[in-house]
Amino acid sequence: MKEILRVNHLSKSFGKHEVLKDIDFTVSKGDVTSIIGASGSGKSTLLRCINLLEIPTSGEIHFQGENILSRKGGAAAYRSKVGMVFQSFNLFNNMTVLENCIVGQTKVLKKPREEAREQAMKYLTKVGMAPYINARPRQLSGGQKQRVAIARALAMDPEVLLFDEPTSALDPEMVGEVLSVMRDLAADGLTMLVVTHEMAFARDVSNHVVFMRDGVIWEEGSPEQIFTAPQRDETKEFLSRFMER
Amino acid sequence: MDKLLLLATDVSTLWGKYSSMYFNGIKNTLLLAIIGTVIGCLIGFVCGILQTIPYTKNDHIVKRFIIKLVRVIVRIYVEVFRGTPMILQAVFIYFGLPYFTGNAMQWSNIWVVSILVVSINTGAYMAESVRGGIISVDPGQTEGAKAIGMNHVQTMVHVILPQAIRNIIPQIGNNFIINIKDSSVMFIIGFTEFFATHKGVVGATYKYFPSAAIEMVGYLCMTLIASFLLRLLEKKMDGSDSYELVQADSLTMTAGNYNHPGRGTPFDERNPEAVKSILREELRRQAERDEAIRQGERAETRRQNAAGDHDQRGGR
Repeated sequence: MKEILRVNHLSKSFGKHEVLKDIDFTVSKGDVTSIIGASGSGKSTLLRCINLLEIPTSGEIHFQGENILSRKGGAAAYRSKVGMVFQSFNLFNNMTVLENCIVGQTKVLKKPREEAREQAMKYLTKVGMAPYINARPRQLSGGQKQRVAIARALAMDPEVLLFDEPTSALDPEMVGEVLSVMRDLAADGLTMLVVTHEMAFARDVSNHVVFMRDGVIWEEGSPEQIFTAPQRDETKEFLSRFMER
Repeated sequence: MDKLLLLATDVSTLWGKYSSMYFNGIKNTLLLAIIGTVIGCLIGFVCGILQTIPYTKNDHIVKRFIIKLVRVIVRIYVEVFRGTPMILQAVFIYFGLPYFTGNAMQWSNIWVVSILVVSINTGAYMAESVRGGIISVDPGQTEGAKAIGMNHVQTMVHVILPQAIRNIIPQIGNNFIINIKDSSVMFIIGFTEFFATHKGVVGATYKYFPSAAIEMVGYLCMTLIASFLLRLLEKKMDGSDSYELVQADSLTMTAGNYNHPGRGTPFDERNPEAVKSILREELRRQAERDEAIRQGERAETRRQNAAGDHDQRGGR
């Protein structure tokens, strides 16, 4: 399969604290990669580095064969091709649901408004939020907000969609509705990179699982490998803690 | 009582004779306050936006230097004009120009100086308010905008500023009300605003207190009306609390449109706010029922007590 994203020797430090150490991994088109690991293991920082919300201290990020870190400027153009869904939704509070999904298309991709509206409606319908297009974010529940956030990211036609713990801020009863949308997207063949604590999702939906610990990739492989036959003790211990729950 | 009557007659004579002067003062005060606040806000926005331009270590050294220089200049402007009395600024600027040009140039129009002083004073205060308003917008909003590929300008224009403006409307109102009152110091350079009218009137009549009473009421009316209008504006900007569900699929939504988001609909997913408000309503009703029962009981005991008293009396 065609390689879409490759991370080489990526490191990130906040002051003296080294959060990511020499990370290497590859994402191919259509991959659903789950990144699991304990809090503070660097999962979210890795995802934020990939979207350049944090600037890596060293290393390379190749997107469609081009190292985006050596390129001058242009972070915005790159980000428009790599969508991101946040733990805290980050919907624009001053816009309606529909406007949230249109603004990026008209202002960044310079699409005509009618076309943008159609695209927005297509994805809002997909995530089941079409009836709410006139609502404002503050009027929605967490699960609804996250589904709109997914539609907003999809409306940009991203090559890769990054999910940063998309269900961690949700009430338990709303986790399901967001996960089911994500399952649909995976089935449609969208390339996804998901930081998650939902082990069932990582096991059943993704085709590649990365276990992170102390800022390094401790173990990675297919879900069967990681969940049924983990090679390292720390992976076993982490998974057993999660499976007990 | 006599004194109050005296005051009433004094006030009415003053008003009868000088009302057009008072009105002229009010007009000038309001004009100066409005224009000064508007220009001041513009200055404040420019300064606030300039101060929040981000830079990173990776930016070019020239860009970083310019951004830092601009921040320092804005900082100095804010500190100087926030840290000195407006009355002094008026005098300083009014006499500063002829002094430096050897009387070759003078302020030909008193309005220009007054508006200038009020504007730059307001601007200094607003610069900080705008900066605060921008910083106080959740950083997640910026990240959300960046994540869909917006650059700094697009992020500011479409996402951050609309929210920042809503946050600083109370500050704009505050400054407007302060300007209505504090423009009174412009009498020092001979601007005939409302307070200058007072000085003129008492110079002719020596009725200090009655004129001051008129001034008090006049200023209070202006500020009260101003704050009422500002509240109205805030409410309007917040928009409606309800929204219409759009019937996307006629098969799933056959019961029409709902616009009671607080109460929820039978088709709604479980919205925690809606559930809470339903619960609250239920608890309130329960409390009312309990209260009614308690009152009934109290009435009952009272009646029984009364009956008991009666029996005792009867037995005596």
